[in-house]
Amino acid sequence: MNATRKALAAGLAALSLLAVSACGSDSESGSTDEVEVFTWWAEGSEKAGLDALVKVFDEQNPDLKFVNGAVAGGAGSDAKNVLQSRLQNGEPPATFQAHAGAELTDYINAGQIEDLTDLYEEKGWNEQFPEGLLERLTQDGGIYSVPSNIHRANVMWANPAVLEKAGIEANKTYDSLDAWIADLKKIKAKGIIPLSIATDWTQVHLLETVLLADLGAEAYNGLWDGTTDWGGSEVEAALEDYSTLLSLTNTDRQGLDWPDATQLVIDGQAAYNVMGDWAEAAFQEQKKTLNTDYTAVPVPGTDGVFDFLADSFTMPVDGPNAAGTEAWLETIASDEGQVAFNKAKGSIPASTTADTADFGEYQQTAIKSWSEDEIVSSLAHGAATSVNWLTDVTAAVAKFGSNNDVAELQEGLVEAAEDNKPE
Amino acid sequence: MSSTVPSAVRRPRRARGRIGGHGWVAPVLLILPTVIVIGVFVYGLIGSNIHTSLQDRHNIGPSQGFAGLENYRDLFTDDDFIYSLRNLLLYTATFLVGTLCLGFLWAWLLERKARGESLFRAIYLFPMAVSFVASGVVWRWLLNNAEGDRASGLNRLFGTLHLDFLQNPWWTNERWGILAIAVPAIWQLSGYVMALFLAGFRGIPEELREAARMDGASEWQLYRHVIFPQLSPVALSAIIIIGHMSLKVFDLIMAIAGQTNYTTQVPATQMWIEFTRGDYAKSAAIGTILLVIVAILIVPYLVSTYRQERRR
Repeated sequence: MNATRKALAAGLAALSLLAVSACGSDSESGSTDEVEVFTWWAEGSEKAGLDALVKVFDEQNPDLKFVNGAVAGGAGSDAKNVLQSRLQNGEPPATFQAHAGAELTDYINAGQIEDLTDLYEEKGWNEQFPEGLLERLTQDGGIYSVPSNIHRANVMWANPAVLEKAGIEANKTYDSLDAWIADLKKIKAKGIIPLSIATDWTQVHLLETVLLADLGAEAYNGLWDGTTDWGGSEVEAALEDYSTLLSLTNTDRQGLDWPDATQLVIDGQAAYNVMGDWAEAAFQEQKKTLNTDYTAVPVPGTDGVFDFLADSFTMPVDGPNAAGTEAWLETIASDEGQVAFNKAKGSIPASTTADTADFGEYQQTAIKSWSEDEIVSSLAHGAATSVNWLTDVTAAVAKFGSNNDVAELQEGLVEAAEDNKPE
Repeated sequence: MSSTVPSAVRRPRRARGRIGGHGWVAPVLLILPTVIVIGVFVYGLIGSNIHTSLQDRHNIGPSQGFAGLENYRDLFTDDDFIYSLRNLLLYTATFLVGTLCLGFLWAWLLERKARGESLFRAIYLFPMAVSFVASGVVWRWLLNNAEGDRASGLNRLFGTLHLDFLQNPWWTNERWGILAIAVPAIWQLSGYVMALFLAGFRGIPEELREAARMDGASEWQLYRHVIFPQLSPVALSAIIIIGHMSLKVFDLIMAIAGQTNYTTQVPATQMWIEFTRGDYAKSAAIGTILLVIVAILIVPYLVSTYRQERRR
């Protein structure tokens, strides 16, 4: 009895050792025809978009094998932590997803991703993507990623039925925040939530559109390169407006995420919601019709400006399969790839050559604005600043949400800018 | 855990007689894997963490050099960190007092031969089987801070019972919000403390009570001079276990309030934020501070139990 038990224990120990060593050797087995694509697109419209991309990729590259390296959870923060440890251990995936723009700064400074400027030249991508976008993608004189889609952040969603109930014209447009705030107060007087909002990052999102509305595109851009003073009276006035707007929102914001806030508008419990155009998918899923069940227009005071953010793919330094990475990036940039992905995800193609004739009604308006409007970079979604700066801004905004102290918010924002200003 | 240390020390001595000259080889080989694994993965990593916390390494790039204690100095002059330490203190105090009082009360009631003891024991102990993340999802809804028409969870309950004055913003209150997080924590672990105390009560021989009653002790005196002294080691264990769990609180807050929420900020959530943004030195410094705080609670306990075991 004792002997068998000992043998059993020894066997178990050996087994567990084997299991550990098997995990360790896993990463070395990748053969050159595998292309591991690392994302945090694991569900919903994001997953659908990725699947559509993979279909195009398989058609274009029958001899390459797509490996899904998606890490779910934490709105991408879990994936970013996993990615970082892999990059630092010299085990990068073939390509990984990142927001285009300043969010890439950290990877560039750490020498973790390749400069793709020559590839852009070679493949003719410079002609394919709009100039304004290329400008925003360029950092330290180089372009480090290939955009797969464009989202617009400064969209105001409204429920016309609710507005009517409050005695406000359904398609009323506003030139400035002040006019809008006056109407929001009327809605509040009727006992309806004027503006729905959710947890911290959606508050940063609202703050970003308020800054854009009050400062204008040029001064807003100046916030990120140091030409606009965060401590100035203009910013202070914008923060006062932000404070007023926040007082007109639902009080349980900290417990909600963005779909909950959008749902309040869909259900008619709130009149307005400011959210990026991924909210369009939520309206579509519930079979709502644009301009009858809901409206989507630029946030008051930001008409003519396209507050952009984009997902993009990179080429890690010393990746396992450079040819495979290139093939994936080519799929991303190709018209087929752009159309397939964006139709499924609800965003619009970054490439101007893609055929968008059969895109949805909202997407058509976004495509039109994208080609005509002035383009600025989103703060809340990694296009305007580094991750560090955004984290500091989010901390200041979260604090403001609980103490409502405008002076302290401005102080926090000034400090965040000083600590993170690009050299 | 502590009791295994002395027995492991004692065992080789017994083995030596049996095996002979090289009697130390087998036992050393036996514990060697554990020593190596713990050495590398516990003490090695603690050392590496302290090393990182002393570096100038505030982004995902390599270290920019040695920074000394600067990261610690920065933390202790940062109002937000002080606020999260204060939150941690409030939370720990509430959690400790809450679980000890409730746990003792339940154990005492069951000890007085309440009917259906095993049923109540199971009911009280059950929450412990649920993970903090799972219960956090439910409590996130229960502790919803909307009041009036849109109220849900407990606020809704208070509303229907016409106890509107009890409605409150729960964990979103800047000063006391952290106490709301202690409510689910107390709900979850009171049953465990009850089980500890119940075991303590059962460990007191009936003869002791009878002897005390024979000597004319009143019921209060019986508790004061006989039962409470016997229960004090149990209470100490409970304080240590609950206390160190409380100092490491992270999952419950992440599940209820999310990582960036200001009012429920504690060092562990701040450490996660700093780590996620790539500020490795700062997050390592917070980790070291947490380790020291837990050590302040645990080490004296370990030392005292070790001494007790040796005396035996």
